[in-house]
Amino acid sequence: MIISIASGKGGTGKTTVAVNLALSLQNVQILDCDVEEPNAHIFLKPKIIGEKKAVIPVPEIDEAKCDYCGKCREVCAYHAIAVVPANDGKKGSVLIFPHLCHGCGACSLLCPKGAIKEIDKEIGIIETGEKENMMFVHGRLNVGEAMSPPVIRQVKKHINLSKTVIIDAPPGTSCPVITAVKGSDFCVLVTEPTPFGLNDLILAVEVLRKIEIPFGVVINRADIGDGNVEDYCEKENIPILMKIPFSKEIAVSYSEGIPVVERDISYQDKFINLYLNICGIKNEADSCRKR
Amino acid sequence: MKQIVVVSGKGGTGKTVVTGSLAFLAQNKIMVDCDVDAADLHLLLHPNVKERREFRSGQTAVIEKKLCEKCGKCLSACKFEAIKPDFSIEPFSCEGCGLCAQLCPYGAIRMNENVAGEWFISDTQYGPFVHAKLGIAEENSGKLVAKIRQVAKELAEKDSLDYVIIDGPPGIGCPVIASLSGVDCALIVTEPTLSGLHDAERVMEVAKHFNIPVKLVVNKYDLNLVMTEKIEAFCQAKGVLVVGRIAFDKVVVQALVAGKTIVEYADCLAGNEVRKIWECLKD
Repeated sequence: MIISIASGKGGTGKTTVAVNLALSLQNVQILDCDVEEPNAHIFLKPKIIGEKKAVIPVPEIDEAKCDYCGKCREVCAYHAIAVVPANDGKKGSVLIFPHLCHGCGACSLLCPKGAIKEIDKEIGIIETGEKENMMFVHGRLNVGEAMSPPVIRQVKKHINLSKTVIIDAPPGTSCPVITAVKGSDFCVLVTEPTPFGLNDLILAVEVLRKIEIPFGVVINRADIGDGNVEDYCEKENIPILMKIPFSKEIAVSYSEGIPVVERDISYQDKFINLYLNICGIKNEADSCRKR
Repeated sequence: MKQIVVVSGKGGTGKTVVTGSLAFLAQNKIMVDCDVDAADLHLLLHPNVKERREFRSGQTAVIEKKLCEKCGKCLSACKFEAIKPDFSIEPFSCEGCGLCAQLCPYGAIRMNENVAGEWFISDTQYGPFVHAKLGIAEENSGKLVAKIRQVAKELAEKDSLDYVIIDGPPGIGCPVIASLSGVDCALIVTEPTLSGLHDAERVMEVAKHFNIPVKLVVNKYDLNLVMTEKIEAFCQAKGVLVVGRIAFDKVVVQALVAGKTIVEYADCLAGNEVRKIWECLKD
């Protein structure tokens, strides 16, 4: 089963839930897909055993074959190629803007002269490792690079379905989040009971309904703020899977990079309970579908 | 005119709480919410929308079932895993490159223009405000950010405003780069945690990469004083000016619940610190 942990709003406790859930279960693989700001490693301190470049394919022009026809510029939806045609016996030229390239491959496949090949451009790294019996994978987008989805897809290539897979997703509601949670069996939305938390939870719920992934909510710092998140969940029939109260102890252990289950073992049962809640809802959803 | 953006790397460190207060403190300015994925600043500024525009950007592939022969050319060429084995398109995965439409031997795939969101020009009691809403599960948030920043800048120039104050998104990727580019100052709001330091460091590097001057604030500094000092020492080593320490203050949550900026809500520690921060930022 693949469980992703997401939220519209940042800083609500995604990594806290992902890490502590992973530490409370057996036979787990955790993937940190928040490749812009990966944090799970801070808490898990895994032993890194493998490192690979995360790449996107960008075009390289073979000037000997190119006749500057402009087909590549025409098919590039991202304006990542400019072509100066040959003129008055002067050679033309092709300019590539790798930062705009999405790596779709249209230019190289459609070049009539076969003058374009794709070369790998490094945009980040993928590291794999382990912590006791837990498998660990994360990606890290290089500073200055704009496109995180290809790095996220490359992290997800490591998914091992013989494990309970836990995905720590990035915040927001756009392409990076969707790339991270896509294909999950269940998504946990972590929120906080404030107007900001509620506003962004509603957006995240719309996303999950659109991409059709079953989900439930964890309310973090549940005793600060107001009751509007709970009212909303009740009204929308969204299961509340767990409530974590605000505690200075949790905040301090978070700040030091120590998972709360390691400081207070009683939390382990609470996270196992979260997992059982998820399984219950997932089974119910599956049996509805079969009928 | 000076453009100031508030960023953080890590989400939830207090960007919008700080930006909201700047809306009250700064005079003769326009506010912009560039966290277009999960915009929250409107919950403090209570905008009255004057102008509403569609944001059209990019395309999405659509397969005409009747014409499709299921040859599989599109499926093997798509790099975005957007074509399902039953030969339908998953619109939220499609990045609109159009390669499938070009390759399809049966002309069964067409590209439709996307309405990827909306943007607004609003009035607020604090002055003009430009904000946006990215469509659900849409992409191109960087382009939408660039669009509203351009609109805000033009308005600021037209009305001779002194400041453009921008609430930025978390992370370091495309919408962050679009929020940072060309600003006069980036204020990083972080928290005294290992994650906060790790993420602030990354966004600092991004700012440096684009030659943007940076200042930093530690929010909820008293939750871990040792870590706060560590972050301040790190900043000093990097030549980054720390312009304030905001105390953890339950009043901040109360102000939020009341839909008010902290400087207006009550005479509180956090609010007073933000006043001091604005004095350091304004010149």
